[in-house]
Order: sequence, then structure tokens, then C-alpha cells
Amino acid sequence: MTTSHDARPLATNPSPDVPSHAPAPRVTELSGHAYKRRKAFNRELVLAAIPQSFIKLDPRQMRHSPVMFTVLVGTVVSVVACAAQIIQASPDVVFSLVITLWLLLTVLFANFSEALAEGRGKAQADSLRAGRQGLLARRLKGAARGEGNAAEESVPAPELRKGDLVVCEAGDVVPSDGEIVEGLAMIDESAITGESAPVVRESGGDRSAVTGGTKVISDRVVVRITADPGQTFIDRMIALVEGAERQMTPNEAALHVLLVALTIVFLAVTVVLVPFANLAGAVPSPVVLVALLVCLIPTTIGALVPAIGIAGMDRLVQHNVLATSGRAVETAGDITTLLLDKTGTITFGNRRAVDFLPAPGVPEAEFIAAARLASLADETPEGRSIVDLAGERGATGPSLDELARSAGQQGAFAVVEFSAMTRMSGLDEGKRRYRKGAASAVARWVRELGGDIPPGVRDDVDSIASDGGTPLVVATDDGVDQPERHRPRVLGTVHLADVVKPGIADRFAALRRMGIRTVMITGDNRLTAAAIAKEAGVDDYLAEATPEDKLTRIRAEQKAGQLVAMTGDGTNDAPALAAADVGVAMNSGTQAAKEAANMVDLDSDPTKLIDVVAIGKQLLITRGSLTTFSVANDVAKYFAIIPALFVAVFPGLSLLNVMGLTSPKSAVLAAVIFNAIIIVLLVPLALRGVRYRPVTAQQALRRNLLVYGVGGIVAPFIGIKIIDLLLALVPGLH
Amino acid sequence: MQFSFLSFITQIGILVVALGAVHRPLGAYLAKVADDGAHLRFERWIYKAAGVGPDSEQTWKGYARSMVAFSVAGVILLYAAERLQPLLSGGRMASVDPWVAMNTAISFITNTNWQAYVPESTLGFVVQMAFLAVQNFVSAAVGIAIAFALVRGFVRKGSDSLGNFWVDVTRITFRVLLPLAAVVAALLIVTGVVQDFSPSTVHNAITGVSQTIPGGPVASQEAIKELGTNGGGYFNANSSHPFENPNAFSNIFEVFLLLAIPFSLPYTFGQMVGSRKQGYTILTVMAALWLIAEGIMASTIAAWPNLGEGLEQRFGPAASGIFATATTLTSTGAVDSMHDSLPPLAGGMAMFDMMLGEIAPGGVGSGLYGMLVLAVLAVFLGGLMVGRTPEYLGKKIQARHMTLAALYLLVTPVLVLVLTGAAVLIPSVVADAPSQGPHQFSELLYAFTSGANNNGSAFAGISASDPLISSLMNVAMWLGRVLPMVLVLALAGSFAAQKPIPPSPGTLATYGPLFAGLLGTVTVLFTALNYFPALALGPIAEGTFR
Repeated sequence: MTTSHDARPLATNPSPDVPSHAPAPRVTELSGHAYKRRKAFNRELVLAAIPQSFIKLDPRQMRHSPVMFTVLVGTVVSVVACAAQIIQASPDVVFSLVITLWLLLTVLFANFSEALAEGRGKAQADSLRAGRQGLLARRLKGAARGEGNAAEESVPAPELRKGDLVVCEAGDVVPSDGEIVEGLAMIDESAITGESAPVVRESGGDRSAVTGGTKVISDRVVVRITADPGQTFIDRMIALVEGAERQMTPNEAALHVLLVALTIVFLAVTVVLVPFANLAGAVPSPVVLVALLVCLIPTTIGALVPAIGIAGMDRLVQHNVLATSGRAVETAGDITTLLLDKTGTITFGNRRAVDFLPAPGVPEAEFIAAARLASLADETPEGRSIVDLAGERGATGPSLDELARSAGQQGAFAVVEFSAMTRMSGLDEGKRRYRKGAASAVARWVRELGGDIPPGVRDDVDSIASDGGTPLVVATDDGVDQPERHRPRVLGTVHLADVVKPGIADRFAALRRMGIRTVMITGDNRLTAAAIAKEAGVDDYLAEATPEDKLTRIRAEQKAGQLVAMTGDGTNDAPALAAADVGVAMNSGTQAAKEAANMVDLDSDPTKLIDVVAIGKQLLITRGSLTTFSVANDVAKYFAIIPALFVAVFPGLSLLNVMGLTSPKSAVLAAVIFNAIIIVLLVPLALRGVRYRPVTAQQALRRNLLVYGVGGIVAPFIGIKIIDLLLALVPGLH
Repeated sequence: MQFSFLSFITQIGILVVALGAVHRPLGAYLAKVADDGAHLRFERWIYKAAGVGPDSEQTWKGYARSMVAFSVAGVILLYAAERLQPLLSGGRMASVDPWVAMNTAISFITNTNWQAYVPESTLGFVVQMAFLAVQNFVSAAVGIAIAFALVRGFVRKGSDSLGNFWVDVTRITFRVLLPLAAVVAALLIVTGVVQDFSPSTVHNAITGVSQTIPGGPVASQEAIKELGTNGGGYFNANSSHPFENPNAFSNIFEVFLLLAIPFSLPYTFGQMVGSRKQGYTILTVMAALWLIAEGIMASTIAAWPNLGEGLEQRFGPAASGIFATATTLTSTGAVDSMHDSLPPLAGGMAMFDMMLGEIAPGGVGSGLYGMLVLAVLAVFLGGLMVGRTPEYLGKKIQARHMTLAALYLLVTPVLVLVLTGAAVLIPSVVADAPSQGPHQFSELLYAFTSGANNNGSAFAGISASDPLISSLMNVAMWLGRVLPMVLVLALAGSFAAQKPIPPSPGTLATYGPLFAGLLGTVTVLFTALNYFPALALGPIAEGTFR
């Protein structure tokens, strides 16, 4: 017993031509064009974020970011100092006021970035909320549930409970999260995913889940509600983006410590400058000291940390994945082993006919025609692939309907459905019977009728099986009406093979470069598994796997220090999903699986795991890169401010004014303005994430050190110089 | 006096070759001492006498408690010995002033060897040999022991212990430092360093005047003074005294000695963690920083128009620069010239060397653990930039580790800055620094940089015996030694408890030129950001004075 997709009854396999709602993005294209990229500065979102920036000035909120809180306190000190200067009618008042204004802007810019990130998530949530306001559901009444003629009643959406059945037709909004139990429909999910192309959802199979707030745009479906009020996807998403559930992730906490430590050191540096400078006889004004402090503490990363975290969550949502916590997203970046189900992830998930091998002495055309007839009524992907391949090989004939019509007149036509008893399917037409099935099943049938399987066919069967394929044997019998004239004949073997998705080997190679091993899980026997594993280029495989095996494997990997991610959908998978460091449940899967996992993929696409890993990595890289950038910026700020502070007493220090800044005042001001503006300039980067490529750690480090480390040292020299040149044009500042 | 580049290059070349030859055998031997499961017979006697179970392991807290207890006991013992000197010397030497005694006790226990007294006239043979010299050995051993404990933290998997403090200190003292010091002392005597118990009478052939100069067991003290990166000289003039450092050969030999163990420990580290390239990466960063610092020091000296008195007259300014750099980059503080007399920017360079945290190569043990903590910071930044939770040697760096590492890196700069800030606010302390202008500030900044980093050298001229400045120095030395050590042990304990993650291509490689470059840059940048304003008001203001 197993939940592996391979072991499922063939009939429940999803139809292969359900269009995927979005092309699976290649790892190499992440944050690129595969998913619709939203602009960082959407007009409405910006307008909404501006008042938020002020509301967030509340010290109780600011306290969570020690860096920005320090800036806020510094701004207050600066305001007081300005007031004192006004009373004393100091000539520096204008300069001090301008500095103070920019300090305030620094805080506001930080709040703005956070508000903007929240706004992007909230915008989606709000439109959904609005969509649900006063929404009525068409609930099916009473015991007649699921029957086509059941009576409908109209109830407010928030009253829906788990297990209720509702009807949705074109134009209706799906009232709550659920699963389609009847029908097929096109659904517009743009309200959640921002993706405007509609997707197909249908009962049965992996794409039966619908989300509350999405819109049905064609056909009619019956949906069984799977979430109680307050527990729907959108409810949880709102909670996540609104920060109610935003807890610090482990890496965020570690970074937080570093930022606090840097703030303390720079606070000490600035404060002791007062006695130091006093000894030299040149104490800078409090405003200038605050300016120095604000420039030194890591405001850039301190301001952007919340936005980076929220945007990471947001990116995940754009990929139609719901994470239960930010921690899970971050862990995804650390994954070292991926356990991937073969079916649907590595292969297309259904075996396809790839060859016809006629029995000795049987003409190929006769065998192909018989194989086609035997499969004509078989609606499984395997059956259809046989018909398709026969067509490609020139065997065209009447369709099932035509056959039925012509045979119906003669009264001798019957479809033989696949049954667990016979393990064969086929067609009776006139006096002839056509059967196809596993070799052993067909052999039994043939023997019962007095025939046997020729040795040539047996050889074919064995060789197909040892190559990892599935042999299907086709046989026929002429004597339906006259039992004594039975002439059972084995016509040949159809080679069914699991087809490995094109390009999958490249993706695994990319993962290997990133240091991630892939392990294929399959219910197939070892031979089959080994053949597919080789073709797909996975690092390891687990054949004849039961859910218990999965769990054992996860434990073993973890014991060896690996961090494991896996996908699953069945109740049997729940323990393994819970044990894995990152467990992604398919939305189409069972409730038990979803509860055990720490992520749910709304598209039920097992390949998504690879993207989730990339999103996790991108989150960390963005944080690390901006931290490096922020700290590296300090070098230039020192060269701007320190000579400005003391050049009056030690004229020789003008040697340190390597940027040749116009005057001490414009130097300090330029540094402060640069420090504030850089936050806004980096908001799009924080929201979008630093570009991530699947390269080795060494290559990634070299690149990011060059861009954000060296760049972080050089950029402010240029920026401050430009601002200084502009300030030189402003009269009255010097 | 002329600066000779030829002399500079030659001396650096000799040092590089000598250190290159010695780091491997010495480093491998140290690793063997750290990991040896067997005890020598006399060690067993010591453990028995001290009531230590040599095979019992300590948690990080136990290790830290032992270290603190040992240090406190050392301070009390040394203080008592100085105060009771009349008793110990049979009345020949006077009791040491209480302020000076306490300052000296803390100074020697913390491996600082800041000397607020004139040793040859204040302390007799007994206190020098039986107490100060013993501390020279054991304070060095404590430093190395803490480094061992940190490395074990990286090596051990899911363990709650870091080794045994008493065993480590005993072994390092008796198996490493004592034998080495004995050999070195013999070699020093060969070079002409004095070893006797009576004053010498020296006739000056030019002036025809004879003078009596106190002698003493100088060579034996000198050996551990350099080997253990202690720096406390037998004479006030330290290694510029001809009895301590008689000639050009003894001079370069002493520089070699103070660099020898610190430059060997990265090899020990590589050996213990089972990856020599990890050790060589640390060594490369240390060596590169040392050579760059030597180069800058040499250029600042060469560029100064009037090299004055106070620089080493016998061996030339190049030798002064080399010694000054080596002594400030290690936590030695021995001097063969007066740093006060260095050109301003060279003096600033000496300060910057100490401000680096003395990690290139640093004090015995403290250099290695200091560099490894910086490596944790570099790995954290680098690790995030490659998209993984940062890990060093398979150990994840999380909030707790970051807290400990950040506190470690914060302690010394905050001590230096805050204590200097406090000092300049106290008029009597400011008056202790006799110069004016930026140089006066430099003298105070230098003193606290030296104290908090446990270096021990000074800009001569500052009067360090004043009770107030003495107390501030005591705070700097004690906290600058004990706090970082406790934090390192906590970090080690936290790492030891973790199970390691096997490396993969997705792991940040903590070896090779790229990481070495990152580590070196992080080190210099972090130091520069902490001290730039202070340096600007001191040596830079003085050096750019127009």
C-alpha cells in the first residue's frame, strides 16, 4: 500500500491535457519573467503607503527596529537642539533644520518601505475582503447533497462550514476554500495570485481545489467547502501580511543581533567624540553628532529588513504557495536534500506507449490495429497514448462511436472495462474479442481459452520490464459464439514508458551546483526506478517506496545533517511531511497532509519545491547583500563627515576630504541626504529580491561581494559627491 | 638617522623564512598536546595534588569558572607577593605601593604586562622569578587553552564539554612553554643577554666613566616574555636595554620569538579540525595583515623627515618599525624603541595594530580565537550572501552565536573608547599625559588601547602610577581579558552542542583566497569604523599638522 502516484488506479490519473495555469518557471528564471512581475512603485500603493509612514512613527511600533528607533530618538534630540539654536539665534539654524528634516525623512523612508511591502500584500487581501463583503453562497440543502436536483438555499458566505456543498456558476465568486466534487470550470484566480490568465479546475485528480474569493468564469461546479470561517487561505494570508503572525525568523534574529551590536558600537563612537573633541577644543553641535550617528548605524539594512521579509512571503504567494511561517521560507533556502516523487515531478505522471513489438509471425499492421481497437474505449492516458501512437504508425480506423453505431445494428459490440478481477480491458466486436493487459493477466486469459504466450513475446515482456518500461500484452480470440472454435492468439507487446519531462535533468544539474541532492521516490521496482533515475539525472532513488520508507529516509538524511524538503498529498504522507524540514502539501491533497506540512501549494505542482528553495535563498541573499552594502557605505560617510567636523581645529585633516566636498556643512548634509535617499532607491531591490542564479556558493559570493561589497564602498563616494555638487547651488547653506 | 629599505626587506625576509620553517612542527606539536589522551607521570602528580580529575571534562561554564577562579587567585597571590616583598626578599626590597601592586598584578595575570613601575628598582629577584615569571607562563597557557577550547567547540559533535581547563593549562605550561623557554633562554644567553644574580659594572670606553647597572636572571625572563607574548621587561627600558637585547641578532630573534607561537596556532587549528586548508586560510589572513602593517609602518617611518631620539639607535629605524609592528600585532607590548617617539602616523599604525584586536597573529591563543570570532562574523555576512543559513566548519551561526560573537567584538572597542572618553574628562588624568594637542590625546588613547587589548606597551611619557588612571587601566585590562574569554567559551560551548552539517557545493567555502580576502577586509573595515574618529583626532591630526 502506498500513496505514490504510480500506484494509483490508472483511471484516476488526471487528464493530461488540462492546461497548466502558468508555465512552471525555470529555476534559472526566478524573479525574471516567468511570473508576472509587479512594479515596485504602483501609484495607488505608494499613495496608501505615505500616510502609513507617518502612522508608523509611533514609538511603540518603532521599538521593534532598534536601528530606526535610534534614528527617531536622534531626530527628537535634533529637534530640541534646533529649538535651542533658534532661541540663541544661532547662525547655524537653517543648516540644523535641514539636517533635522532629513533625519525625519530617513525614518519616514524606512516606514515607507515597510508600508509599501505590506501594502502589496494587503492590496490583494483587501480586494478579496471587498469581494466577499455581502457575498452569498448557493448552498445545496440537506440529504440530497451532490445530487443534481438538490434544492439550493442562499446563505451568507461567512456562515459556510466545512463539508457544506455549494454551487458556483459562471460569474459567481467562490464563497470559501473548497474542493470541486462535480464538474469543471475556468477560474480567475487573479485576486490571490495576481495572475490574470484563468486556470482550469475540475473534480477528481490534482486540480480540484478552489480558493475562496476567486471567480468562476465558465461552466458550473459543485464545491465542497474545506475551511471553517477564519481559516481560509485568504484569512491566513491577511494575517501573514498584516504582521499579526510575523515573527522573526532565525536568520533575521541573528542579523538583528548584529545590527543592534553595530548600533551600540557607533553610539559609543559618537558619544565619546564629545570628550575627545572637547580636548581638542572643537565640540560639534548635537545636530551634527546625531547626523554622524545616523550615518554610521546600519540604517539602510535596518530600514529595509521588514520589507525584505514581507516581500519574500509575497513572492511565495505569487508562486501560489502558502507558507505557515516565515521560518519555513527561510529553511527552504537551506535545504540540502530534495525528496521528489517520480510521478508528476520527474516524469509526466503517466506511462505512454512508445513502441509496438509484434509477436513472431504476426504482421505488424494487424497487431497495431488490434492494439488500437483494444484501447479505443480506454480513457486512461495510457489507453489514449496507445491510440495516438497507432495513429502515428498509420493505423487509423473508425472511432468508438462509429464502431458502436455500425456494430449496434448487428448487435454484437461491447466495451470491456478494466476490472480488478481480470486486470484487462478491451473490446468485443462481432465474433472477435480484443484484450490488453499485464502479461500475466493476458497469459491467464489465453491459457483458459487453450492457447499460450509464445516465447518471443515473453522475451519482449522481460526486456521491456528490465528497461524500466511497462509491457502490455495484446491478444485476440475469434470464437465468441462458438466456444469449441476458440483460437486465442497473442498478437504482440506494447511498450509503455514513463516519459521523463524534458529539461528536468538540467534543473537537477542546477540544483547540484547549488549543493542540493535530489532523491527520487517511486513505487516502481528497482530496475524501473534505476532506469528513470539515470535518465532524469537524480542523485539517488528510493524504489518500491512506502510512506514508512519515506519517513525512514528523511530521518536518515537528517541524522546525517541534511535538511530535507519533500512534497506529499496523501494522509499516509502526513508523518513524513511533518518530519521533513520543509514539507509542501498539494492543495488537492488531504487535509491531514496539509496540516502536517509547513507549506501548501495551491497549484498542486510538485516541481514547485525547486522554486520554493530558490525563493528562500533569494530572501537570505537579499538580506546579506544589503547588510554588506549598508556597512560598506560607512567608509565614504566617514571621509565626508570627520574632516568636516574637525578641519577648523586641525586644518591638516582636509587631506581626508578626498571627495573635495564644498564646505563642512554641505559635506555633512550630503552624507545625511545620501543615507536617506539610498533607502528609497533600494526599495525596489528589497521588494523584488537580489537576482538569484543557481550557481555554486563560491560564484555567488564572488559576485555579490563585488556588487554589494565593493559597490557599497564606491557608490556613496559618488553619490555624496553628486549631492554635494547640487547643494553647492543652494544659497544660504554654507 | 636613515631608514634603510634594504635592511627592512632583509629582516622581513629572515622572519618569513624562520616562521615558515617553524610554524608547522610547532603547530602540529601543539595539536598533539591538545588532543593527547595520555598524561605524563609528573602531570598526574600535579592533578593529584590539585585535586583535579584529569579525565573529567568541563562544560563551557565549568571551563569559564575555572579560568576566572584561576585568574582571580593569580591576582590575589601576585598582589600579596608584591606587598609582602620585604618578607620575601629578606628585607632587601621595599613593599610595593598598593596601587602599583594591584595594577601590576592585573597586568601580569591578563597577559598585558603593562608596567607602571621601574622593574629593576621596584621588584627583586624573588618576585620577578617566582611570581611574575610564573604568571608569564600561565597567562600565556590560559590564552592557548581558551583557543583549544574554541577549536574543540568546532570539532565536537553534539557534546556539552570543551576539555579540562586545568589539564590544558598544565600541559601547555609543562610540555610547550617551559621546554621552549629553556631552549630559548640558552640561545639568548649565547647572543649576549645577561643571566646572573649580581649587578654588573660597565665601563664606557669613550667617556671613561664606569657605572653599575643592575643585572639579574634576564635571559630566562626574556624567553617567556617574548614566547608568551607577555612583554613585561626585566628592565624599564624593555628590549631597548642592552642587557635584554644586546645586538641586531638578538633583536630579530626576539621579534621571531614573539611571532612564533601565534603564527603556529593556525596550523594547530587546521590539524584539529581535520582540514589544513582551513588553518592555512587563517594563517594567510594573519600573515597578510602583518606584512601590510609592517609595510605601512616602514613607509610612515621612512617618510618622516626627522626621526628622533627614542628610536632604536643601534639597529636603525627599520628594526624599530619591525619590532613595533610585531609587538602591537601580538599582545606582547615589549618594545625595542619608544613608541612615543615614532612619527605620528607610525604611532597611529601601532595603535591600529592593537585596535585590530591583536589577531595578526595576535597574542598566544588570543590571536587565534580572536581571528576565529572575526571569521564567524565574516561567515555570517558571506553565508547570507550565498543564500544559506551561514555555517562555519559545519556549525550553523544563529542568533545565539551572533550575540556572543558580536558582544566579543564589541567589548574591546567600547572599553577603549569609553575609558579614553572618561580619562579625557578627568583633568588630573589628562595632566598625566605630558604632551599637548593631538599627541596628548594619542598618549591616552594609546594607553587604553594597549590596556583593553592586553598589549602592555605605552607611549612613554604617560605617568601610569596615578591611582585614577591606574584604576581605569585595571578595568580596561581585566574586562578586556576576561569578558572576551568567557564569551569565546560560551560560543565554543554552543558550537560543541551542535551537530555539524556536511559540506556541499552550496556551502560557503571558508578557505581559499576569496574567503581570506573577505575575512581580512571585514577585520580591517570593522576596526577602521570603530576607531576612525579617534584616530583622526590623535595621530592623523598630528601627522597631517600644518
